[in-house]
Amino acid sequence: MLMASGGAPIAGVPTTSLLRLDGISKSYGSLVANDKIDIDIRPGQIHAVLGENGAGKSTLMKMIFGVIQPDAGAIYWKGRQTEIASPARARALGIGMVFQHFSLFETITVAENISFTVPGDKRELSRRIREASEAFGLAVEPDALVYKLSVGERQRVELVRCLLQEPSLLILDEPTSVLTPQAVETLFVTLRMLSDKGIAILYISHKLEEIRALCHSATILRHGQVTGHVDPREETSRSLAKMMIGRDIPRSAHAEARPDANVALRVNGLSTWQRDAHAVNLKGVCLEVRRGEILGIAGVSGNGQQALSRYLSGEETLPATRKGEIEILGAAVGHLGAADRRRQGLSFIPEERLGRGAAPGLSLNDNMLLTGHRLGMVARGFIRKRVRDEHAERCIREMDVRCGGSKSNASSLSGGNLQKFIVGREMMLRPKVMVVAQPTWGIDVGAAAMVRQKLVDLRDEGVSILVISEELEELFEISDRMAVMFEGRMSLPVHTRATTPERIGQMMVGLFDAQEEMTTEAAQ
Amino acid sequence: MMDALIFVLAGAFATATPLLFAALGELVVEKSGVLNLSVEGMMALSAAIAFMATLQSGSHLVGFVAGAASGALLSAVFAVLVLGFMANQVAAGLAVGILGLGLSALFGRAFEGATLMGLNKVAIPLLSDIPVLGRILFTQDIVVYGGIAATGLVAWFLYRTKAGLTLRVIGENPDTAHALGMRPVGVRFLAILFGGAMAGLAGAYASTVLTPLWSQDMIAGRGWIAVALVVFGTWRPGRVAVGAYLFGAVSLLGLALQAMGIGIPAQFMTCLPYVLTIVVLVAISADKVRVRLNAPAALGESYRPAS
Repeated sequence: MLMASGGAPIAGVPTTSLLRLDGISKSYGSLVANDKIDIDIRPGQIHAVLGENGAGKSTLMKMIFGVIQPDAGAIYWKGRQTEIASPARARALGIGMVFQHFSLFETITVAENISFTVPGDKRELSRRIREASEAFGLAVEPDALVYKLSVGERQRVELVRCLLQEPSLLILDEPTSVLTPQAVETLFVTLRMLSDKGIAILYISHKLEEIRALCHSATILRHGQVTGHVDPREETSRSLAKMMIGRDIPRSAHAEARPDANVALRVNGLSTWQRDAHAVNLKGVCLEVRRGEILGIAGVSGNGQQALSRYLSGEETLPATRKGEIEILGAAVGHLGAADRRRQGLSFIPEERLGRGAAPGLSLNDNMLLTGHRLGMVARGFIRKRVRDEHAERCIREMDVRCGGSKSNASSLSGGNLQKFIVGREMMLRPKVMVVAQPTWGIDVGAAAMVRQKLVDLRDEGVSILVISEELEELFEISDRMAVMFEGRMSLPVHTRATTPERIGQMMVGLFDAQEEMTTEAAQ
Repeated sequence: MMDALIFVLAGAFATATPLLFAALGELVVEKSGVLNLSVEGMMALSAAIAFMATLQSGSHLVGFVAGAASGALLSAVFAVLVLGFMANQVAAGLAVGILGLGLSALFGRAFEGATLMGLNKVAIPLLSDIPVLGRILFTQDIVVYGGIAATGLVAWFLYRTKAGLTLRVIGENPDTAHALGMRPVGVRFLAILFGGAMAGLAGAYASTVLTPLWSQDMIAGRGWIAVALVVFGTWRPGRVAVGAYLFGAVSLLGLALQAMGIGIPAQFMTCLPYVLTIVVLVAISADKVRVRLNAPAALGESYRPAS
């Protein structure tokens, strides 16, 4: 089959095939990212590539898009063996890609961004952008500066940019991870329209329900290998999951919380006035977390969650005159820094594990010391190495952290294992209030399930937990009450068991009663 | 009094011109995401080469060409280190800068204390007849006019041309630029060469026109001022030019005041331009939004092409 003589059509390959991968492999050192992958896509087909984080999906897509080159195997484009040496070559062939982390430049306009891949002068380009955005139902303003756009808008820009190149294959890398449930529906309408026009779509995702709703066929990857070629419409989420992670998804049904009436963390009308155009200001945010409950904060990223977590953790502080806007166990702490708030019983797990949750270049021992020093690891200003190491090793053991021992660098751990370590470290501090941002962001299913279980265990011990997350499923699984952030405002909390993802989705685009109005009404 | 003021203001443009050339070059380099800290060394080396070339040939043009070429050549060494070998930009810049200073002293030793003729002032017809303003603005040597033109050209290139847009986005995110089919390494290499040539022109002007005599250490920190001007000017050519002229004016003010016999300690007047320039430009760059929009996000980061 593998003939060296590039151009000629090869017998046995159906001419209808648009893209065919034959035994594609790629390794990075000893890590095999892709091992003999076969995929076949026909025009108009929506084909899913399903796998966990780290299964090799992104590597595969980068090879199809010419960003990296395969070590072995062949790529056939429209029946001819083709080498895709660069992204420019991929685009010339008719392959467009929308990246998971958007490839837009923030400081220039939408039209300028698009001008790099679509020829034509400025006026002509603006006209074509407007035409395409109408034709595909993707509202985009050519003269807007990208940094002012929401994530959903940026995705539309990326899509329009791809579509203007009239591709015959569109690659979408985790396109719904940043969208509300309603926006996902709109996106699917657009994608089905494209499919009807004969454009093939490679849809990369780890969300089973979406794939079953949208895709005609699916290739499932695990540890860089194909574990199945299926028609997702005929599979159940369970059978897909089994192929994806090799076993059933550990689903934990958690018992209902029994919070008492004591409020452990209270935010009273927290507002910020940052002049920075990139920042979202908080507008009169109020919330209460009682002892022994988990409050989930949902919302599309970039609606003020970053600011909220920084003000709660003490990375940003309030002037002493406004210190009452944040209370921990009844004490006003708004003016205190991170260390003082930790002394009051707060513990914080940030979304960036490397650099904010742990120091990448330090050993796990030293990372234990970062927040755990008050567990007797320091005496008269000197580090007691034995105590420190004992704690680190206990944390590794109890949280089942897979690593090369407590002396290994934090940066050498996988995301999931590092997150387990960080969660374990914070649990050892026996906090009274815990603030967690994106607890399972980008980590594998097994580690995610364990982290969630630990949070629920903590809750049952009477700790008050605030979880900020973009994963709606996660919030529905673990939180007892949920509130939604939109453009710096916070909705009133609702009981998780009394709401639906659709209702929360509406709230995520701002359809809720503003809290300030509610409170002022109540005051009158 | 009036004459002294005219002297200060007219001289400010000439004093500022080497700063302006070097800063504009560095601005383009930094906009592409590379921090080249060898400006001082490039200026010193090209000052020596330009002085030597002008002395031998008797032509300032030859001097300027030699200066620009030597600046570009030294910056090419820097480019190979940071683009080819992915060396840390700060360390490589400092090392190449020290190399430039050393070479400058070596080449310049032969003509320590030698002097040259400066360039003639070119009075622009009609405009130079305007009272006061004519003598300040329109009776300058040709390189001063060139500096003003260069400011406009760099601004036009960065904000009006496709090539300038490409350079700016490579400074914001080289990985994305590569994914879109641009060539970050090639563009950065050209930007570094341009920065070297501009620093070379700056050095040539300093040693063959502004103070046309050779002494070692004649650049005296002006390369560093140029680097600072870029940052405090929030990476905008116009603001960088204003900063350069301000620095020039205040450094001549000291001489003028001394000439008028006003008893202010000389040391105070020598440090005044530094203090004042810093104060004014810090005030300008205090606007965080402005800095965020103009500062190249990938400044100082090595770019490693994906394999």
